Amino acid sequence: MPILECRGLTKNYGPVCALDHIDLSIEPGRIVGLLGPNGSGKTTLIKLANGLLQPTQGEILIGGEAPAPKTRAIVSYLPERIALIDWMTARQQLDFFQDFYADFQREAAEHMLAQLGIPLTQTVKQMSKGTREKMQLILVMSRKSQLYLLDEPIGGVDPATRDYILHTIISNYNPEAAVVISTHLIADVENILDDVIFLNRGKIALHSSVDEIRETRGMSVDALFREVFKCWEN
Amino acid sequence: MAWDFRDDLPIYSQLVDRLKRAVAAGKYPPGGKLPSVRELAADAGINPNTVQRAFGELERDGLIFTQRASGKYVTESAERIDEAKKQLAESEVHHFIISMRALGYERGQALQMLEESREGES
Repeated sequence: MPILECRGLTKNYGPVCALDHIDLSIEPGRIVGLLGPNGSGKTTLIKLANGLLQPTQGEILIGGEAPAPKTRAIVSYLPERIALIDWMTARQQLDFFQDFYADFQREAAEHMLAQLGIPLTQTVKQMSKGTREKMQLILVMSRKSQLYLLDEPIGGVDPATRDYILHTIISNYNPEAAVVISTHLIADVENILDDVIFLNRGKIALHSSVDEIRETRGMSVDALFREVFKCWEN
Repeated sequence: MAWDFRDDLPIYSQLVDRLKRAVAAGKYPPGGKLPSVRELAADAGINPNTVQRAFGELERDGLIFTQRASGKYVTESAERIDEAKKQLAESEVHHFIISMRALGYERGQALQMLEESREGES
């Protein structure tokens, strides 16, 4: 059974159509890139999967069920904006996650924080932007979830931090789970993806495996993306 | 940290080639243990399923084998490794000849230049 499924999923913001009858299914064990230019509907799709938005039409299912507190227990979500609590120390953030999520693996999180030299006594307020991004990702990847939804995990960080983040994703995700990474920085994530979904103006322009793209077209996903989205402008 | 891969070929096939070369060159010795899927994926900066697929291909090829519950190992067969090495060498020679031909050198001239370059060394 797919871990994430959309049927005729549509989301309008007033007169603006953000997602237009999306049909999609994502199987466990895959790392999927949700790729598209700004405003193509990536964040809307991820928010719908988390139940933070309600569909205008159609449905989205997590493990066969509509998003609800029960599905949130099996979905680990990295929001596009940092959602740490300013006054908390790293240790208090860990306590907070441990209280909320039964699948949180505290030891793994502590190990990663120690590797990065982030003291447990440091407050979020004292952390640099890069450290906050890493802290947030560590919390999200330390859960043993069935679906990871990572909204722009590498936006706005330096190349070394980017490497660390991608490394953390590959070495920590549960292999029976699916990982969805939304980004427009394709060249950076391409090597870690199984499949890609191109979103364009609320529609799926392509859903394919990375190997298939390289085999049949002899080009990288990054090159194909540039080609596809260039055509649309003409 | 991540390895470099070409854009125009699937990553798993490039990984197969790299691992073959590493085995042929003795970087992974006969009977030696290979890194785990996860280690190699993290090291190369690629998807674990890609590593799995490359291992699968090498295993079908008889160059590596799985010891249940303990991991992947390089074959102990020296003949199998020599064979892989020879295949890789043949493909290098083939590419050399083709490149030289593209530059306008006939086989004989190409070989002569190879000979001279060896004399130029050491």
